[in-house]
Amino acid sequence: MLAYTARRILSLFPVLIGMTLVVFAIIHAIPGNPAQMILGQRATKEAIAEVTRQLGLDKPWYIQYFDYVNSLLHGDLGTSLRTRGPINEEIWPFLAATMELTIAAMLIAVIIGVNAGIISAWFSKSWFDYTAMVLALIGVSMPIFWLGLMEQWAFSIELGWLPTTGREDVRNPVSAITNLYLIDTLLQGRFDQFGTVLQHIVMPSLALATIPMAIIARMTRAAMLEVMKSDYIRTARAKGLGMFWVVYKHSLKNAVIPVLTVIGLQAGLLLGGAILTETIFGWPGIGRYLYDAIAYRDYPVIQSGILVIAAIFVLINLIVDLLYVFIDPRIKYTN
Amino acid sequence: MKKKSFKMLLIALLAISMFLAGCSGKSSETSGEKDSGSDSGSKKDTLVYGRGGDSTSLDPITTTEGEAFKVTENIFETLVSYGDQDTTIHPGLAEKWDVSEDGLTYTFHLRQGVKFHDGTDFNAAAVVFNFERWMNGDEEKFPYYTMFGGYKNDEGHVISEVKAVDEYTVQFVLKRPQAPFLKNLAMSPFGIASPAAVEKYGDDFRSNPVGTGPFKFVEWKQNDTITLEKNADYWQEGLPKLNKVIFRVIPENTARLNALVNGEIDIMDGLNNSDEDTVLANDQLQVIERPSMNVGYIGMTTTRKPFDNKLVRQAMNYAIDKKAIIDAFYGGKAEPAVNPMPPSIEGYNDAIKDYPYDLEKAKELLKEAGYEKGFEIDLWAMPVARPYMPEAQKVAEVIQDSLSKIGVKAKIQSVEWATYLDKAAKGEFDMFMLGWTGDNGDPDNFLYTLLDKDSIGSNNYSYYSNDELHDILIEAQTETEQAKRNELYKKAQEIIKEDAPWVPLVHSTPLLAASKDVANYLPHPTGSEAVTNVEFK
Repeated sequence: MLAYTARRILSLFPVLIGMTLVVFAIIHAIPGNPAQMILGQRATKEAIAEVTRQLGLDKPWYIQYFDYVNSLLHGDLGTSLRTRGPINEEIWPFLAATMELTIAAMLIAVIIGVNAGIISAWFSKSWFDYTAMVLALIGVSMPIFWLGLMEQWAFSIELGWLPTTGREDVRNPVSAITNLYLIDTLLQGRFDQFGTVLQHIVMPSLALATIPMAIIARMTRAAMLEVMKSDYIRTARAKGLGMFWVVYKHSLKNAVIPVLTVIGLQAGLLLGGAILTETIFGWPGIGRYLYDAIAYRDYPVIQSGILVIAAIFVLINLIVDLLYVFIDPRIKYTN
Repeated sequence: MKKKSFKMLLIALLAISMFLAGCSGKSSETSGEKDSGSDSGSKKDTLVYGRGGDSTSLDPITTTEGEAFKVTENIFETLVSYGDQDTTIHPGLAEKWDVSEDGLTYTFHLRQGVKFHDGTDFNAAAVVFNFERWMNGDEEKFPYYTMFGGYKNDEGHVISEVKAVDEYTVQFVLKRPQAPFLKNLAMSPFGIASPAAVEKYGDDFRSNPVGTGPFKFVEWKQNDTITLEKNADYWQEGLPKLNKVIFRVIPENTARLNALVNGEIDIMDGLNNSDEDTVLANDQLQVIERPSMNVGYIGMTTTRKPFDNKLVRQAMNYAIDKKAIIDAFYGGKAEPAVNPMPPSIEGYNDAIKDYPYDLEKAKELLKEAGYEKGFEIDLWAMPVARPYMPEAQKVAEVIQDSLSKIGVKAKIQSVEWATYLDKAAKGEFDMFMLGWTGDNGDPDNFLYTLLDKDSIGSNNYSYYSNDELHDILIEAQTETEQAKRNELYKKAQEIIKEDAPWVPLVHSTPLLAASKDVANYLPHPTGSEAVTNVEFK
């Protein structure tokens, strides 16, 4: 197990190097001149040429790449062209906001998705099964943009239960410590703020959870159906064990591997793919940070943002891989 | 293993119940309670302003972006200032000023007893410090050069010297007269910053702004909120009326309106024209119009065939039905543009008649130009919404349809915004949509900036070049007598009308929506204003 873990971690390095290369290449394949964007619509030609030189954009690409990796190794993610702030300081609040949203969304997606899948599998071909799977199909195909605006209309404007947008009541702002507001408010003992922060996260996380929830439900159902056909489950049911025990004690453990894979992939996707949700709900997350950066040709931010998201994606998958062994000791990893 | 999975389940259940408890718990609080942290009892004194994008900097000289100025207008003040809703010049940090006969020396008498938010004094030395800082910058640091012709050592630089005559008198000596000089000084970027704070924060001044304005900077949560609080020592007695202003980013226009309806924000800009009726139908809300100082236009690159032919360009002017476009996409909140600058600006030529919508005349001109059978072009539509062009793609479709009636096949193209501007600046478009919002309310800022041959490669995207026009525009820059300038600009507009490098489309009226109890909100045509006088009824 330990050797496997070590090997698995070592194998990350080529992946990470590959990532920096790809990120670097993608950016340089995009046409257009970032100097123009920094200086804006009012810039003169001379000014643009000057800024191009200052940014090192006139150097050969491989020198730009080595400069880039070199500063990464020194923990320097560069300076935003647009705000001129250091990215390693700037990026964390955005990342934290997205992480908080993603975790909440994954919690909803996993809890509801896995259980809906289990019940569907157990009562397969029942009305519950059909309803749940049709809902899941709708969920997968739901445009988040529309869903988000409908949620706002229903829960905020019509019912007045939840705030439409943002992370907090701006008239009673949270003072950030970790930038994960749910944690920050608890750390400060501000339970009133904890409540409002929780209210703010409900709608965006529900919207974000819709698609993974549907995918997880369908995946769980399929995996459970597979497992429940096996002999040991038949035996367990023949012994007269109730549904709860058969499912949670015997079947789930074997069904969970493919489900876990999907969960890992989905969590990674949510991190980078929350742009729409963040836009509709005015959530200051990394998706929008990147989106703005793209609109302004803020190369360093685009590069670092993608890199950070990719790194987290790789990390989540590492954790998933390690969990496999932990959950199912039959899985043996050798060379 | 058994125990573990059971434990997991318990934890999961606990998480659900906590979550649900949180959801249903205190829902009435946010929507009901509108004002916290207020110290004057029931009267609201915190204004939450919802907008589409975040500031890029809080040091106004470092940026050209409108979103930045919406905030900095409240923190910084300029030597002279604009009128409440126009670009006439009024005293600001300077109480009065004298201009020498030759228009080369401006002497400003500064207001006494004004303090920066950090407690240091505002005086002539502070003004000199700020101008020295800007003049010694470069393109990457400060876009200062766009208004004053360069930096300290550049030949084109207008200002030869800024000096403190005594503690409260400062003198600007110019190399040549610059007619819009005072209007330039009133622009948001030239807000006077505290020298002590600039020295203390260095590059970080952009996120720690210190000025003399009605509000002090408190906190910036990027892409989320910027909080300002009342400057208790503000030099204008009894102002500002608000205790706090919070600028909040909600990118999506409809979501922003939802937040307004729900009471989470008090005012918003960027109201969709199509949402105006929704706002008017809600008795808790009001619509506020921003006076127009923009132009949306269809440019034709005059160096590319077939638009190198004046007759073809004029034909395009006859072929586009502005009225129909305005009714369909601007909710009537725009006027058809005749000239490249809006009528609110001094020097506007209202004697010029627009090319009427006349397809027969257009066909005739095309025939005369030798394009009887029409031609094919690319029509580039902006990928972003701007006040002067809220729905570029749809407008492009209407234009495409109009052009097809005179045998011109236009293929609609688009590309992401940065590339769009890049390609336009390189003259790679046949026909394209763009627009401009004025900086300082001077005709120079429209005609010279957008259509002079000097501006080719930057903002003269149609590559239009006319030497006669150039001479007039240059003369107008140095002519200090307003009546003479106006005549020059009127003549310039005639030349442009005849050469027709554009189809001027609209001057639009940007809309804001606010809660009914917001009073005294006066939007400024430049797009940013201080909320000094705003209060809740």
